[in-house]
Amino acid sequence: MMSDVTFDSIAVGDSLPALTQREISRTTLALFAGASGDHNPIHIDIDFAKSAGMPDVFAHGMLNMAYLGHLLTAWVPQSAVREFSTRFVAITQLHAVVTCTGRVVEKREGNLVALEIEAADQNGEVKLAGKALVELP
Amino acid sequence: MIDRSFIGQSFAPLTVAVEAGRLRAFARATNQRDPIYSDRTAAQAAGYRDIPAPLTFLFSLDLEREDPFYFINEMKIDLARVLHGEQAFTYGAPICAGDEVTLVSTVEDIFDKKGGALEFVTLKTRATNQLGEDLGTMTRSIVVRNG
Repeated sequence: MMSDVTFDSIAVGDSLPALTQREISRTTLALFAGASGDHNPIHIDIDFAKSAGMPDVFAHGMLNMAYLGHLLTAWVPQSAVREFSTRFVAITQLHAVVTCTGRVVEKREGNLVALEIEAADQNGEVKLAGKALVELP
Repeated sequence: MIDRSFIGQSFAPLTVAVEAGRLRAFARATNQRDPIYSDRTAAQAAGYRDIPAPLTFLFSLDLEREDPFYFINEMKIDLARVLHGEQAFTYGAPICAGDEVTLVSTVEDIFDKKGGALEFVTLKTRATNQLGEDLGTMTRSIVVRNG
């Protein structure tokens, strides 16, 4: 995927194109468990989730972090990304529809651009609050 | 209480192959629309030697063990009480299908809040490939609910 985002073409305050994902179903979690290797039963086995005091299974934090990664690599080539981190602020429930957004917060020497990124559900509740550092041409 | 003597300790290194089929499955499971993450030809057209591992895939590679929850179990933490608190990555050379990645994880810190009701473990993982190239790091923080 070609990207025309350059250091000179962006400004502090610019937004990344938002990305909305499909509704998270039990199937989503089962497929992600298998593909990601994260077999923690709390995400796929309702009996285990209940025994751990949760009302139901809930989404893997790393599923949402993968979605946040899509936000970045839909904007710039993956090789531009130098750092990527997030806090898992709240549990993402089944049937959530997650939208990832981001904005430029700082331009630094060395063509580095600092971003604040987040994943929120359909009610606007923030689930992941993250940061990224990208190096642009 | 988690044994604080684990701070600074490293766990057994893991060397794992990056498989194209696994990357395709990951792309499907995460609804990835960009073809470079599932199609070798598209990846090569974008300048990669093969399908690149996505930004968070190092986390999955570290789970390719006999016991994916090795550090949690070795530290005698109850998995049912664990939540993922934070996750960070820094990036070096790209990781692509066909690579062999070696991961070494070290406990950076263990601390508690709220009088021990919550304990935190920070684990930092360093990754290199078959050429000895630095692939970057990942740092995960887990929260253990003791309450």
